[in-house]
Amino acid sequence: MVDVTSDVVERAWSALETVTDPEIPVITLRELGILRDVQETDAGLQVIITPSYSGCPAMGQIEDDVRSALEQAGIPAQVVTRLAPAWTTDWLSDEAKVKLRAYGIAPPQQTRPDVSVLKFMRRPPANEPVACPQCGSTHTLVSSQFGSTACKALYKCLDCLEPFDYFKPY
Amino acid sequence: MKANAAYLLHLADNAVVLGQRNSEWCGHGPILEEDIALANMSLDMIGQARLLYQLAATRIGGDASEDRLAYFRDASEYRNYTLLELPHNGPLVGYAVADRDYATTTVRNFLYGALMVLLWDGLQKSADEDLAAIAAKSLKEASYHLHHSRDWLIRFGDGTEESHARAQAAVDHLFAYSEEFWSDSVAESAAVDAGVGVDLRELRSAWDALVDETLTEAKLARPEVKGYLPSGKNGAHSEHLSYLLGEMQVLARAHPGGTW
Repeated sequence: MVDVTSDVVERAWSALETVTDPEIPVITLRELGILRDVQETDAGLQVIITPSYSGCPAMGQIEDDVRSALEQAGIPAQVVTRLAPAWTTDWLSDEAKVKLRAYGIAPPQQTRPDVSVLKFMRRPPANEPVACPQCGSTHTLVSSQFGSTACKALYKCLDCLEPFDYFKPY
Repeated sequence: MKANAAYLLHLADNAVVLGQRNSEWCGHGPILEEDIALANMSLDMIGQARLLYQLAATRIGGDASEDRLAYFRDASEYRNYTLLELPHNGPLVGYAVADRDYATTTVRNFLYGALMVLLWDGLQKSADEDLAAIAAKSLKEASYHLHHSRDWLIRFGDGTEESHARAQAAVDHLFAYSEEFWSDSVAESAAVDAGVGVDLRELRSAWDALVDETLTEAKLARPEVKGYLPSGKNGAHSEHLSYLLGEMQVLARAHPGGTW
């Protein structure tokens, strides 16, 4: 007997498999952790997405891209934005981190849920050095905690002298 | 459990007013990295405000929407802290022209940022699940903001004679406005009573510790505050808010419902 329910869910997942982030076209929404779930509900199929940063201007584009990928595959579904649990860079797969580095963006380090924000503010823990995605050197310096998009910081490598983006732990 | 709309509007108005105020630096930052940093922080705050306005709109019902709440309320209906609407310079009347002062920007961001890290942290445990979800996201952003303003405040205060003098002048000018954090408002009391809000007075010692430690490291003196209690969160604003809203709201009011 064919399980129709899981079939449409699976088809939706595979239709969305190739949808990438508009700013970082080498990683998919699933790898980024923005695409959370596909669910069969009484109201029909629901695709759950979650924003990265609250004000990320790419979210509108992402929602449109998800909708049009589903339409092209002929799958009627509703795109639902859900805030909890809050997106974290810890959801990025290892595969996504390799792709980010190859694209010239240093991947995020693990967040530290054990360090409370307040302790973090008073005495920032010594993070592991961020490795340059070009030459691999850890002899790098933060230029600014805010970069070309909300999710990135600006670094420079003191060995190869190239500036680079660092995907901030969030 | 659901927070009252007035409490959500207070939080949203804070975020949108400072987001709008700081965005004035976009294209005019003292250095390129700071220009980008301020624009990024404004984006975070406007994003937080949108989430809160959207939630408030569902609580209000009817034809309420995030755009109606942000663009079609007048200054007297806004419930933000007076601190956040002040221009980026010392005490001047609203129509006066003055150079923006980055020390003023930095001190304000620090005083507010130190509060918001504590407040979002507390609101993560709110009995209102929707508000708790917004708080959990906003906390991550607020901690980056506080890190930024704290770094610069120390750099200014413990910097050159000029940067120290300007940082101290900004602290002296703005500190009194932080008194509003600890005063009463109907919306906050109702939210605290319902178990969805945080009583800010319980955060005061942590805020004091954070501020005092940073000011000491920055070699800046904490001014004595007495006699003046602003009340923007109850709707009594300085003249500066209407100028800010005039610029922010003009397009939406000139072309209501316009899309592109």
